[in-house]
Amino acid sequence: MKPEVILRSFGYLTDAAGVTIAVSFAGIFIGFAIGALICAARLSRRRWLKRLGGAYVSVFRGVPLLVQLLFIYYFLAEFGLDVPAIVAAVGGLALSSAAYQAEILRGALNAVPRGQEEAAVALGFTGLQIWRRVLLPQALRISVPPLINEFILLLKASSLVSVVGIAELTRVSMNIASMTYRPLEAYVGGGLFYLAINLTLAGFGALAERRLAAGDTR
Amino acid sequence: MSLDVLWRYLPSLVFGFGVTIFCWSVGGALGMALGFAIALGRRLRLPPLRWALRAYIEVFRGTPFLMQLFLLYAAGPSIGLKLSATAAGVLGLGLYSSAYFAEIFRAGFGGVPVGQIEAARSVGMSKFDTLIRVELPAALIAAVPSIVNMLIVLSKETVVLSIITVPELMYQMQTMAAETFTAFDAIFAMAVFYWILVEAVSRVGSKVEARVTAYLVSQGARA
Repeated sequence: MKPEVILRSFGYLTDAAGVTIAVSFAGIFIGFAIGALICAARLSRRRWLKRLGGAYVSVFRGVPLLVQLLFIYYFLAEFGLDVPAIVAAVGGLALSSAAYQAEILRGALNAVPRGQEEAAVALGFTGLQIWRRVLLPQALRISVPPLINEFILLLKASSLVSVVGIAELTRVSMNIASMTYRPLEAYVGGGLFYLAINLTLAGFGALAERRLAAGDTR
Repeated sequence: MSLDVLWRYLPSLVFGFGVTIFCWSVGGALGMALGFAIALGRRLRLPPLRWALRAYIEVFRGTPFLMQLFLLYAAGPSIGLKLSATAAGVLGLGLYSSAYFAEIFRAGFGGVPVGQIEAARSVGMSKFDTLIRVELPAALIAAVPSIVNMLIVLSKETVVLSIITVPELMYQMQTMAAETFTAFDAIFAMAVFYWILVEAVSRVGSKVEARVTAYLVSQGARA
């Protein structure tokens, strides 16, 4: 073990960590938007929308992310569309994460007691007001800790986009390993970066959970 | 879709499926055994052991599975750990999932009502007896849904083994795609296949859960 290998490639690793974080952020935000739509479809009264939402969640949670990524990467190429690897990577992460986030949001909405909606109706709130003032604030609060958890999972899953050639943390660790012939140092270095990012995120998650719980008892 | 290509490659795909199932079951069993040992170890009043196990869990849950595989497979030889791709894959699955299983079992133990443990102790059961006869059954039954869930997650993680050239299904499929220029078909077939596998496992899982819940309800009714 030669720690100086890690130190010498520190600059590469920080750049790569930046790419990992950027790809994951893009994935989680786009995934949230899609996930909110899927969740709305699943809660809709129209049966075909409900089915469609259910099928989306089932497929994107049931098919491994690596298969999804390669599918997107090759699917569009089949139609002569040369998608940049970064689009395939972010798109794959977002589509897969959307399925999980849709379930998180649905769970959070279901966790808001029914009586509140009924009370709001009885008080004469309109449909939109119920959503904006009663359901959403509470559901979003409930969903923050699981969403942070999902972000941690996505950040780890983003290591898979190395297979479509994105120079993120895993890919760069591989490159360092093959350039220096020191795989142990390269992968330990990359792993430490992941660990640092994820422990920070987990810290935020714990903080959010505590603060939100404090709001609950008020 | 070119079905004749799939037909021609059927033997290697079946072999790959066998490897996938092998890695999944052995890796999962290893992870469960290790995870259970870790959960028990964390109950001992030995601070250094507790810290070490806590660190173990944080490391294996905080880094990507792919990274752990590379570390085992590519960096293993430099610390004298020479493993074949499949051995590294199975060991990797076991180590990775053990961290999650440890937390699942810990939550299971945590869910056992304190009153039951106190009752068992005051009736005169030894600590060991309390653990085996009171805590363990309740904890294991409470953990079933999470265990099933983790096994489903793990079945999808086996795909990652193809990156370190374990000859499992995904690897066979990619070989086929490279040899016959049918990348799209192969990956499409793959997506359908894994989806069916995961759906089947989760259906069986919810059956098991339903039975366990029914058992619990019947026990509760009797008590």
